[in-house]
Amino acid sequence: MFNFLHMCGLAAEATLSTTASWDLYETIQALFQAPSYHLVFEAALILWIVGLLFTKSYSSKVNKLTLTDKEKADLVEEWQPEPLVPNVPEDDPELINIRTRIVDSKLGKYVTLNGQKCLNMASLNFLAMVGKEVIEEEAVKSLKKYGVGACGPRGFYGTVDVHLEEEEKLAQFMGTEEAIVYSYGFATIASAIPAYSKRGDIIFCDEGVCFAIQKGIQASRSKVKMFRHNDTADLERLLTLHAEEERKDVKKARVTRKFLIVEGLYVNYGDICPLPKLMELKWKYKLRLFMDESISFGTLGKTGRGVTEHFNVPIDDVDFISASLENALGSFGGFGCGKSYVIDHQRLSGLGYCFSASTPPMLSQAAIVALDLLKNTPDMVDRLHANSAYLHEKLSRVPGLRVVGDTVSPVLHLQLAESDRKRASAMATLRCIVQMAEEEGVALVVASYLEKDERHLPPPSIRLAVNCDLDEKEMDRVVEVIDHACLASSNS
Amino acid sequence: MEKGERLDKNENKNNCSLRNGLIPNSNYQNHYLSREKGDGPFVLTHEEQALKASAATSDHDENVDSSEEEPQHEIVEFFEETPLWVAILTYLGYAILILFGHFRDVLRNWKLEKAPVAAEPNKEGWVPLYQSFESFYTRNLYMRIRDCWNRPICSVPGAEFNLMDRETPDHGWTFKFTGGTTKAMNMGSYNYLGFAQTEGLCADAAVEATHKYGCGMCSSRHELGNMDIHTELEELLANFLGVEDCMTFGMGFATNSMNIPIFVNKGCLVLSDELNHASLVLGARLSGATIKVFKHGDVADLEQKLRDAVIYGQARTHRPYRKILILVEGIYSMEGSIVMLPEVIALKKKYKAYLFLDEAHSIGALGPNGRGVVDYFGCDPKDVDILMGTFTKSFGAAGGYIAGTKTLVDYVRHRSHSACYATSMPAPVAQQIITSTKIIMGLDGTDDGSKRRGQLAWNCRYFRRRLHEMGFIIFGNKDSPVVPVLLYCPAKIAAFSRECLQRGLATVVVGFPATPIIESRARFCLSASHTKEMIDKALAIIDEVGDRLSLKYSSMPVPQFSEKDEDFKKR
Repeated sequence: MFNFLHMCGLAAEATLSTTASWDLYETIQALFQAPSYHLVFEAALILWIVGLLFTKSYSSKVNKLTLTDKEKADLVEEWQPEPLVPNVPEDDPELINIRTRIVDSKLGKYVTLNGQKCLNMASLNFLAMVGKEVIEEEAVKSLKKYGVGACGPRGFYGTVDVHLEEEEKLAQFMGTEEAIVYSYGFATIASAIPAYSKRGDIIFCDEGVCFAIQKGIQASRSKVKMFRHNDTADLERLLTLHAEEERKDVKKARVTRKFLIVEGLYVNYGDICPLPKLMELKWKYKLRLFMDESISFGTLGKTGRGVTEHFNVPIDDVDFISASLENALGSFGGFGCGKSYVIDHQRLSGLGYCFSASTPPMLSQAAIVALDLLKNTPDMVDRLHANSAYLHEKLSRVPGLRVVGDTVSPVLHLQLAESDRKRASAMATLRCIVQMAEEEGVALVVASYLEKDERHLPPPSIRLAVNCDLDEKEMDRVVEVIDHACLASSNS
Repeated sequence: MEKGERLDKNENKNNCSLRNGLIPNSNYQNHYLSREKGDGPFVLTHEEQALKASAATSDHDENVDSSEEEPQHEIVEFFEETPLWVAILTYLGYAILILFGHFRDVLRNWKLEKAPVAAEPNKEGWVPLYQSFESFYTRNLYMRIRDCWNRPICSVPGAEFNLMDRETPDHGWTFKFTGGTTKAMNMGSYNYLGFAQTEGLCADAAVEATHKYGCGMCSSRHELGNMDIHTELEELLANFLGVEDCMTFGMGFATNSMNIPIFVNKGCLVLSDELNHASLVLGARLSGATIKVFKHGDVADLEQKLRDAVIYGQARTHRPYRKILILVEGIYSMEGSIVMLPEVIALKKKYKAYLFLDEAHSIGALGPNGRGVVDYFGCDPKDVDILMGTFTKSFGAAGGYIAGTKTLVDYVRHRSHSACYATSMPAPVAQQIITSTKIIMGLDGTDDGSKRRGQLAWNCRYFRRRLHEMGFIIFGNKDSPVVPVLLYCPAKIAAFSRECLQRGLATVVVGFPATPIIESRARFCLSASHTKEMIDKALAIIDEVGDRLSLKYSSMPVPQFSEKDEDFKKR
């Protein structure tokens, strides 16, 4: 028995020192040649290890001993928590908005806002899908077949044939191997990122990304490096720095996945990501490129297939594309698409996919019909581009305002021209403009951000959403109303 | 409830052999927990409860109901211990599967076996997107029985539904649709009150709402996405729940994950039940608060952790926590257990903590008025700081809500991530909730709502009682519409699901990682749309399959509760 233990000890030692080539014969030889004090020492070590195995680990609650029951009771008595939530003042603009700015019609090109008919320049209904009768008819048909809710997650009988059709059609439209549908636009990218990027991985991310991406990154617990918005030079600087680190620690680099996360068209800035340059960096530094196309899907490119079509980049080169179905398609939910080996993983690892009820089938049906419309009438994308350019051009002439965003973008940000204003005062002026425009029959909206939660708070702006069905007369009116409101607000 | 706190093995063996004999009280109480509440402090340790209850039963051995003196407050939950031999067999089953898995991986490595699935192309210098050990379980265990999940349906998920037939030529790697459909009884969908309907008041109203408001919103609540229908819904719900105010969101999962971070942050403590839903876990994690986990449903453990947190404060710095938030669910969807709400409320008051109650599965389905677990226990909704629930289950819709005081909901409106960045709830969905809530509340002028509730409550008791009588090990509260039947062995997961489906019963089976490795189970979700005939038919199928697969493991005496009216009044 004793001999056996010695052998084990030596064997362990041998394995530790000459990891790869351990030879039984050599060990036995070593055993005979070893001096006796060595054997005794080994035995003592083994006994010590066995002892350790059977002793309890030290208690981390040592400090418990120092308090008496009375003291504990007093401490419990004494402790006063902070209030669960602070009081929100009654004049909080978001509260007022939710309470008093109420629509009682479809959120189409025109809305009835507080009883008044307004031209809707606020909701992201780019392709005027909301309000299309054919979509509603098909949705109602679906409702009469499936009811409203799906009553379960995809895994547990929540997969309806409509969902499968939706995924197939989206994949086909985007030209990718597979697509996966989520029941909430926000949850799509926010679930997809942590499905791949784990603790220890590294994410390079644009500063200007939307809140959903920020949350996805946070949930992944990966290391994050932010580069300046749309600044590829800054990105390359970070990448070279990282490459330097990798060279120092090759072992770690071999297991660290690297992700590059951008938005196709930034909802907070209205500009397009420099995809060709990003692709170049992707190949050079071996990054996985994830791109959220919530705004650009259906609006960019000749046929609305997004940024890849806009720049003529093969879609397969982007590892993962996600988009919301809640904007251009005017439905509900979101989807991700890419190669099968990428997408399939989310069916077990995407939290928002596995653990949430699936989309109501009628809304999936609405998305399918809208997608068919987009496929069959690509001229709506042309009209959208024309309208965006037109509004862009006209609005840039309005004094006191600065238009931010690409001319082709259906999202325009109107900022105050004087940039030295305090945030609160700028917001007040913008709200005043929105208020006056509403009285004139144009519904606008100040882009809403959670100031305390945003990683990089975008500057205050009015966010204008272009609709492909606007005609020139309507757009001229919008510009005129904004011009008036702007003038009036600077005078007041 | 009693997981983790069990008798030592000797006594357990006794219990196993005493299936039809006399019941030793001490063993008996451990598995079969009858508890009293309402008499002074709720917080009893488990030993105290066991003592108390066994004292009550020692006088009359045959008497099952220990709290007969106070029949109004009786809670019965079951968590029978895994029999030792079953545990050994189960581990053996996994060992064989893992062994075979490795063997086949070796074959695949040598290209002797082909895995017909899209794999990542091997690119020089790129770190693989997945670690191979991450997918071992998926590849070798899940793939082979994948046909038991994601079964597509092609009809409304009502009491019965049509499944699309699939076939797999390669044992689960790929599926082909044959074009045929199979009609089956639906015990898998969360359709507790039977509102998954294609006709009737709800459907008509939803159609009307679609015509009036359209399908999409394209805007958030902070921007232009506020419709009068949302205001109506929120006022109605606040009224239904008995609270001051309420806010609704478009997705139930996001209601948790996007709102918990606004209540707590760094320097706060979240005390979370170990079996909480992924959305609660994600929300807590995103908040940046310290998270501590207590044993499932174990009020004593919760108190210990609460007490320690208040006394010793934050780890390392020992500064007092700024706030403590307890996260619990009303009904746990994998255990069928109901949270001991009165005790949790007593604790939160004693230690000045805040309580977040997720009623995803309980709202509508529990309580004499359908107001969830709060109603079931007759608690005051004002004692729960944050009431949360979802509309997917009992309401046949989608989305979720947060309800509470006006101050709380105003803050949610102002600060919620969902209110600011996510699209607001589509109108047809909102309308479905409005109409179904009105029916639940009886505002439609009929007794449809109370009939549905009555049927569901009856179904739960009846189904559970019959399963107990057949000798299955089932988990959970006798009033819970979620009924997990323990399967244990990995091979029986698929076998049970397939055999049941073959006989026309569609059910959900779950295994690791959704459950502990040995406690694989089948889960039945009862619905008000199930009639007695259907349930009898389902029971006959389960009985037959149970015999075939030898699933009747229970050695516990058959519990005595019934679905008769007088027994309901005891609640």
